[in-house]
Amino acid sequence: MPQISPIVIFFASIITSNMILSNFLGMCSYLSISSEYKTATGLGMAVTLVLTLTTFINWAIYHFVIVPLEIQYLSYIIYIMVIAAFVQILEMAMDRYTPDLYAKLGIFLPLITVNCAILGVTLFMVIRQYGALQSLVYGLGSGLGWWLAINMLAAIREKLKKAKLPPGISGPAISFIITGIMAMAFIGFSGIFTIQ
Amino acid sequence: MADKPMSIIKTQLFSENQVLRQVLGICSALAVTNSMNNSLVMGLGVSFVTGLSSMTLSAMRNIIPRRVRMLVQTLIIAVYVIFVDLTLQAFLPDISKQLGPYVGLIITNCIIMGRAEAYAQSNPPIPALIDGFFAGLGYTGVLLIVSLIREVLGFGTILGMNVNFFGFETWTIAIMPPAAFFIIGALIWGLSARAAKKTVATTK
Repeated sequence: MPQISPIVIFFASIITSNMILSNFLGMCSYLSISSEYKTATGLGMAVTLVLTLTTFINWAIYHFVIVPLEIQYLSYIIYIMVIAAFVQILEMAMDRYTPDLYAKLGIFLPLITVNCAILGVTLFMVIRQYGALQSLVYGLGSGLGWWLAINMLAAIREKLKKAKLPPGISGPAISFIITGIMAMAFIGFSGIFTIQ
Repeated sequence: MADKPMSIIKTQLFSENQVLRQVLGICSALAVTNSMNNSLVMGLGVSFVTGLSSMTLSAMRNIIPRRVRMLVQTLIIAVYVIFVDLTLQAFLPDISKQLGPYVGLIITNCIIMGRAEAYAQSNPPIPALIDGFFAGLGYTGVLLIVSLIREVLGFGTILGMNVNFFGFETWTIAIMPPAAFFIIGALIWGLSARAAKKTVATTK
């Protein structure tokens, strides 16, 4: 199983094993920050960036620190610390070197530490025993998949603002039902690639 | 301003249910609900972690500096989650394998952080324990309802026992991801439609 081609992992993590539509990860920010297309794009970009890099860093830490020292029971704490520290450093570095990008993504960065997709991808990567390149590609693909899903939902919700809805359904309920329909559409892709 | 335990319990189980009214903790609520066994174990794990971490944080609330509050909260939650994870691996290895990464993901479950910020931060330890534990039980209740629907339709079983007496064709879609979205969406819709009706009735 460890020898799945990185190309397959890349497309599978975007389409068939999409983080939101088939693994349900990162739902909180997906639901609350999807009412505008532009903000959704910003968040998607930030998540993709953090996801790619933290997955790779956690892969390195798992193989060069946790396994040699045999401290698997501390792994959750270590992953969470790595993610929190990395987001903090990224925020400071962006503020210093790319103020434009920071102005665009800065407000989303603190939210990302508690986005379960980030920790989830790390845990999946460890359980499935991916190698270095596979982990990097898996992180990138999962981030892009998340970005795709939140952008689709935001686009639909912008259109829905003008629609007349039955009482009580606006807000989270309609988002869930839209996501369910999207997930059903994505099931159509299953069988093209499989990574489980 | 300590609230009465009964009123906390009622609020957390029904009127302010974390999953259906606050829409928190959705990730795991969707992912583990394809069988009732998993939901029950996951729900009890979350209740345990939420209760104890609320209590610990509330006991420490005056000595944690504000600047590092989030970090301390995350670490305390992580300690309890590790405890739950190791216990499951030791005593229920099959369920632990099926839940996979979702046990570790209790750390980022928004319900726990939410209760810590909204309640434990400004209340004494015992009410915080009750509040957290029953917030977790409210979550368990929703998980069980969703998984009951999904398990009966998808496998024709309840807690692994066959209830498919009429031999109807089981719906594979019910155990696939979209069904989870539809069922939770419908539950939220029903509840908020009811709440909306009530507010209209009281304002008239």
